[in-house]
Amino acid sequence: MTTLTYLQAISAALRDELRADERVLVMGEDIGVFGGAFKVTDGFIDEFGPDRVIDTPLAESAIIGTAIGAAVVGMRPVCEMQFSDFISCGFDQLVNVAAKMHYRQSLAVPLVVRLPSGGGFSGGPFHSQNPEAWLMHAPGIKVVAPSTASDAKGLLHAAIHDPNPVCFMEHKHLYRRVKDDVPEGVFETPFTARIARPGTDLVVIAYGAMVHVALEATEDLEGTSVEVLDLRSLVPLDRAAILDSVARCSKVVILDEANATCAAGAQVAALIAQFGFEDLDGPVVRVATPDVPIPFSPPLEQAVLPSVDRVREACRELLAY
Amino acid sequence: MATGMAEPTAGGDAAVGHLKLEDRIWLLRAMLLMRGLEERAMNLYRQGKVPGSFYDGYGQEAVSAGAAFAMAPEDRLCILHRDLAAHIIRGVTPTRILAQYMGRETGITRGRDGNVHFGARELGCVGMVSMLPDMMLVATGMAMAFKLRGERRCALTWFGDGSTSRGDFHEAMNWAGVQKLPVIFVLENNQYAYSTPLEKQFAVDPVERAAAYGFVGLTVDGNDVEAMFEATRAARERALEGGGPTLIEAVTMRMHGHAAHDDMKYVPKEQVEQWRKRDPVERQEGRLAALGVDVEALRASVAAEIEAATEDALAAPMPDPDTATDGVFCVGEAEPLGDGIARWSGFQL
Repeated sequence: MTTLTYLQAISAALRDELRADERVLVMGEDIGVFGGAFKVTDGFIDEFGPDRVIDTPLAESAIIGTAIGAAVVGMRPVCEMQFSDFISCGFDQLVNVAAKMHYRQSLAVPLVVRLPSGGGFSGGPFHSQNPEAWLMHAPGIKVVAPSTASDAKGLLHAAIHDPNPVCFMEHKHLYRRVKDDVPEGVFETPFTARIARPGTDLVVIAYGAMVHVALEATEDLEGTSVEVLDLRSLVPLDRAAILDSVARCSKVVILDEANATCAAGAQVAALIAQFGFEDLDGPVVRVATPDVPIPFSPPLEQAVLPSVDRVREACRELLAY
Repeated sequence: MATGMAEPTAGGDAAVGHLKLEDRIWLLRAMLLMRGLEERAMNLYRQGKVPGSFYDGYGQEAVSAGAAFAMAPEDRLCILHRDLAAHIIRGVTPTRILAQYMGRETGITRGRDGNVHFGARELGCVGMVSMLPDMMLVATGMAMAFKLRGERRCALTWFGDGSTSRGDFHEAMNWAGVQKLPVIFVLENNQYAYSTPLEKQFAVDPVERAAAYGFVGLTVDGNDVEAMFEATRAARERALEGGGPTLIEAVTMRMHGHAAHDDMKYVPKEQVEQWRKRDPVERQEGRLAALGVDVEALRASVAAEIEAATEDALAAPMPDPDTATDGVFCVGEAEPLGDGIARWSGFQL
């Protein structure tokens, strides 16, 4: 075990894969000489050279599109969107070319797109989004969203080994805030949920940075036993783990940092409404960012992003129901 | 600008040095198969046996036949919807093509996609999507991988005049130019993007843009199959020698509507009549007849092949509805792209 930050864990996974498998290459804007906007690939170009650590033109459609081409002829490209928001510029290649390829012609596209996402630091409307629901709605793309350093590494290894397009949602706010023990070497974390803290009175279902908000908000809630379920994977969604938590806790708060409408949490809520109804002792409660672009100024941004206080209040209300 | 009638180029003459008689016959055969299969598929469409709509490449057969013929088995292609001859040259059988049109289980996509939206994986082709020209980037990425691995291989894709207006055209041309990749872009200028004529599509002939991206752009008579072959052969050689991409503008004419429902009333009749005189199939037939080839016998053999293929395709089963949600994800080992068939005698050393 080594103690790594979330960012160091992502770097370590990429470095391990580049060392282990010559098919792996990383590509994106400013990832080579500069080492990436967040320094995830710092120093990579010196170890692996410019052919495997590719500084690309500023062209997201081209990053995804050429990665698809490289993938279908045997490479394992890992693309970086400098910010997840820019996936909108590469969306067509991702959802129309990559996602539908295997269904249409049995041709696998082993492609990973890393998407630094999320808000909380005045990134404004174009550097703070959580676009995972866009991706979840396109059949053929897997979507994972780690909350810990250990899962970040294990999920990235699993994503690179997966024969399908995988979108890896890495939360920018966790990069240097989260640190935990990470096993040495290459290991795979399955695309399933994880119980971040077991409990019996209520479950908060979350993923990514919101797992930490959920843990903090429910750490000391008048002696109640609150479970936190970390989804880790949004596609596939771990239906069994979700329904199991609901069955044990009977009360559920679903937490998204993304805008509320059609968010991952909405899908979880629908699943529980249809298949977990008999186990519920209260309404399914959702906490999410309202349907508004993420504002720049700190008081405005803090007003929209789910806060520890908001989550705590939602849990208290539901516990009293 | 390459509107209207491009003058025939000298490519046909230059090609003769690289083409044996058997090659020149194969080029005609591929075009005859394309024309015959599309005629048959149109009939099947009118009989209600081809679902959706139907798109063909009548009058443009030389563009795909000539270019595909110059590509080696280990090269990789992304083929556009008016380029059926490329699939034929690559090795897709007429039966599978007709089964594909009819949404049968034995079609290339097993009924998952229609029309010419397919690429035979085992023959090294990646099927197009409707968003054009997305495949320019995929071909560019394949070429990038070839170059990274130091392989002597090339990628080729076709796209239309309308495609040149979209950002992916620029992104692919720029990327391929920056990285000097072994990729061939065949711009199939067939005068109309659906109903939109060239003068509403661009202010400057897009072949001129190649220079701005740092590589060769040339205009070829797209109705001359041997000229298309020769331009592609030379472009491939340049790519393999590290000379980077080539943009080949194949000037041709879409002689039918955009799809079966389109009566083409926006196209002046004289324009169609002028182009009819330059039919690519007739031109190649004339060349070969002058060399003593029995063109009638070739036509008869192609017709018989299509007849048999139709019978087989009509007998093929429809896909099982219970499998409609299968295969969204790859489970287990991925099947790689295979190699196509080498048709050109130049590959059979």
